[in-house]
Amino acid sequence: MDFNYLTIIIFLPVVGAILIAFIPGLSERLIKRLAAIFTFVPLALSIYLFAIFDRSAGAIQFEEKFSWIPAINAHYHLGVDGLSLPLVILMTFLGFLVVLISWKIDLRPREYFAWLLLLETSILGVFCSLDLLLFFLFWEIEVIPMYFLISIWGTGRKEYSAIKYVVYTLFGSAMMLAGILSLYFVTGSLSMVDIAQGGLAMVQSIMPVTAIFFLLLIGFAVKLPVFPLHTWLPDAHTDAPTAVSVVLAGALLKMGGYGMIRLCVSIFPQVAQQYAPLLVAFAVVSVLYGAAVTLRQTDLKRLIAYSSISHMGYVLLGIFALGQVSLTGATLQMFSHGIITGLLFAMAGLVMHNAGERNLSKLGGLVRQMPIIAVIFSIAGLGALGLPTTSGFAAEFLVFVGSFSSTVVAGIQVYTILGVLGIVITAGYILWMLQRVFYGPALKQFDKAKDADILERGYIFAFVAVIMLVGIYPAILTDVIKAGIMPIIGLLGG
Amino acid sequence: MLNFELLIPELTLAGVAIIVILLDLVVTRKGWLAVVSLAGVVAAAGFAIAMWGGGSQALFNNMLAVDNFALFFKLLFLAIAALVILASTDYVSKFARFQGEYHALVLLSALGMMLMAATAELISIYIALELTSISLYVLVGFLKDPKSTEASLKYLLLGAVASAVLLFGMALVFGFTGKTQLGEIAQAIQGMSLAGVLDSPGLILGMVLMVAGFGFKIAAIPFHMWVPDVYEGAPTPITAYLSVASKAAGFAIILRVFYSAFGLPSWLSLDWGLVFAVLAAIGMTLGNVIAIPQTNIKRMLGYSSIAQAGYLMVGLAVVGFSSAAEVVGRSSLLFFLASYALTNLGAFTAIIAISNKVDSDLIEDYSGMGKRAPLLALALTLCLISLIGMPPAAGFMAKFYIFSGAVQHDLLWLVIIAVINSVISAYYYLRVVRVMWLGKPASEEKVLSSGALRLALSLSCLGVLLLGIIPGYIMKLAEMAAKMFAF
Repeated sequence: MDFNYLTIIIFLPVVGAILIAFIPGLSERLIKRLAAIFTFVPLALSIYLFAIFDRSAGAIQFEEKFSWIPAINAHYHLGVDGLSLPLVILMTFLGFLVVLISWKIDLRPREYFAWLLLLETSILGVFCSLDLLLFFLFWEIEVIPMYFLISIWGTGRKEYSAIKYVVYTLFGSAMMLAGILSLYFVTGSLSMVDIAQGGLAMVQSIMPVTAIFFLLLIGFAVKLPVFPLHTWLPDAHTDAPTAVSVVLAGALLKMGGYGMIRLCVSIFPQVAQQYAPLLVAFAVVSVLYGAAVTLRQTDLKRLIAYSSISHMGYVLLGIFALGQVSLTGATLQMFSHGIITGLLFAMAGLVMHNAGERNLSKLGGLVRQMPIIAVIFSIAGLGALGLPTTSGFAAEFLVFVGSFSSTVVAGIQVYTILGVLGIVITAGYILWMLQRVFYGPALKQFDKAKDADILERGYIFAFVAVIMLVGIYPAILTDVIKAGIMPIIGLLGG
Repeated sequence: MLNFELLIPELTLAGVAIIVILLDLVVTRKGWLAVVSLAGVVAAAGFAIAMWGGGSQALFNNMLAVDNFALFFKLLFLAIAALVILASTDYVSKFARFQGEYHALVLLSALGMMLMAATAELISIYIALELTSISLYVLVGFLKDPKSTEASLKYLLLGAVASAVLLFGMALVFGFTGKTQLGEIAQAIQGMSLAGVLDSPGLILGMVLMVAGFGFKIAAIPFHMWVPDVYEGAPTPITAYLSVASKAAGFAIILRVFYSAFGLPSWLSLDWGLVFAVLAAIGMTLGNVIAIPQTNIKRMLGYSSIAQAGYLMVGLAVVGFSSAAEVVGRSSLLFFLASYALTNLGAFTAIIAISNKVDSDLIEDYSGMGKRAPLLALALTLCLISLIGMPPAAGFMAKFYIFSGAVQHDLLWLVIIAVINSVISAYYYLRVVRVMWLGKPASEEKVLSSGALRLALSLSCLGVLLLGIIPGYIMKLAEMAAKMFAF
């Protein structure tokens, strides 16, 4: 490959961040425009990559490999396959839109946009890295921008939430680091591709692979998050600024699911099969517990945050059902949840900004003041509860069909049906929330509340367009995802 | 054989130290003293670089070794001394008429450390150690206020006890092996049987006492009592100097003594490897936990340096657990020391710049530094991130390298303790970051710093980033240094 697309996509945002942070005397307007440019180009490039991606070949494409640290055999190794490409597009898409969502930020904009762009680079790096050290490096870089973004531009108990986020994440990645070091030791390689292909044949020592599997899994489970490691998420979401919630729910959580498929399942297929029943059980607990807790929330953002736990439970279910359809569904669910929940958070942000209130018991009747927001919020909500023609339906349908027919876990049908019950609760809390926010008698104090302005309409329609596109024609993504899942199915011996 | 040309870097430094003292008598603009000192350090470094890769050679009946290992440390100490001199340029005005002595003592202690890295014989080890220590005792008391004086006295008294313990240990080792040269001690020990060593516990006791004596230098728990008070009381550039150079010198000497003299037979090295593993686990845990409630940033970094010594001792444990041919334990230790030196120097330089203005070392007085001095605050943030061990800073690569060695030798338990400790440490390091960026500034006045400070700070931050993103070259140097032992 003559042209290093991935390097450019990953590092353009950070170049933008450096320009924004260090060129003196930039006006606020110019900073925002720079941020928009440096996120739009990666979006355009990643869509171009999506167009020229060879769907028939399951292999890794757009690969770049250079020797990085010879002393420990680490390489600067990038590449995407059907598994990571949708997530790259998800991140570049959200990355551009969150700049627009943040257009009204006026507190310390220079630092804000610099951190936001650095965050995008680190997440993109995680999805594109094929070297364990590089992967971990990008994985860790994300923590610092998140810390600043939540603790400076957040609301409420922002400093508490920010440090809680950092401590949980670092705890997870500490376990992951121990896992990566062990993996490096038993195989002598840091290349994900080589380790996955060489399989357990590369293991040169008696170190139990199960331990390594779980060390890595804990790191990813904190991020996804899986019950009972989820408690950082509601706090971080509730107190983060809108745009950060969008990235957090939209792309950051997916790093957990992606890592589970890319490392845990691909490298340890046998261990994954052995412990799948346990993890499927955790998935169902996450789904039901998350949904049940969501029902009781009275804060708009906290409600959406808890719903994420429930929806990420579906991802976990799909992954550890270990079937081709279920894994495809899990990946699609990651993409779909990214867009839908991203939109939900964006809409919640608009409601909070325009009405100045986020407590559900004090909101009401807003459909009269903000009809466009009400309609789009409802579409996002319907997507979240999996209504046909939205991407949520396609994804959850694939997860359930795939899990139900999976042969890996005995009695998975029962788990699947329990999981489907989660949908019913989801319908309950989504519709109840919409009703409490938008319907009922119009309240006087919101008379002056404005509807979405032209810029906001622009980005929320972009979200809706993607939700509908994937909902009506899911094959546009599933073709690509399948190309990434097939080799993993081969490893699982299916 | 008297190959004096192999000692050119040391001789240069000694000469410049004397010139600086004499020059102090005649020049009125004391800024020249720093310039001359710097020039001497750069010249010495130039000579040392020219000698790199020249093979291992011995001097004075094998008392001194000139090998890549020693050269690596010599360059490290010279780099540290240069950065400390740069960082002191504003600070020295507090010493009024003692600036000549200040610079000369910094150079002399650097000379002592360079000799420490090269010595391969117990008595010259002791002499080099004392040259370093005595210079540092004086430097710690340079502020002449009650805190600084107390720090100096405390350091002197405890240091003297540690020296005595070390000397006693050396005497025992000499008593049971009959040798003082490290290579000959190794031969004598290998000549003994397992039962022979167990029957003469004096040898083991000697080793333990030497661990205690050196443990004082590297601030390993439980020999760390002096650290917080001395760090707080000493002039800040000297605190920086102590925290990196003195520690690195301690590790250099431990590495050479234990690897060269007690490296074989393997049951012996497994024993002291385990001792260091346990000291490491206790050190990092206690250091990090006690650092949490500190309100003075120099004290906090003092405890943090105890914790960092813990991470470094993971490397020593690896050296003990690995066979003599394996290089990863030693090279990762060298790499960690280099990255730690740059990181801590960067952090202290930023602290010097800030305290020059606000005249306080309390963390709460750093409030709003992000507004008053954005670049200083950014640099300090980078260094603190590196101390946590997060990318893209050097601390991450250093930990990755040192822990990867540990995992290879069944020390996964130690690695897990270490990574959990990194999480604990994030809490107090980030507290400083939070105060700087989130706190309200006490005044709107900008904090300006001099060119020399800015130069020192940019050099260390550049180094921190370089070692964090493209560490390959320095790792290669560390590997070469770790392979080339004269004895």
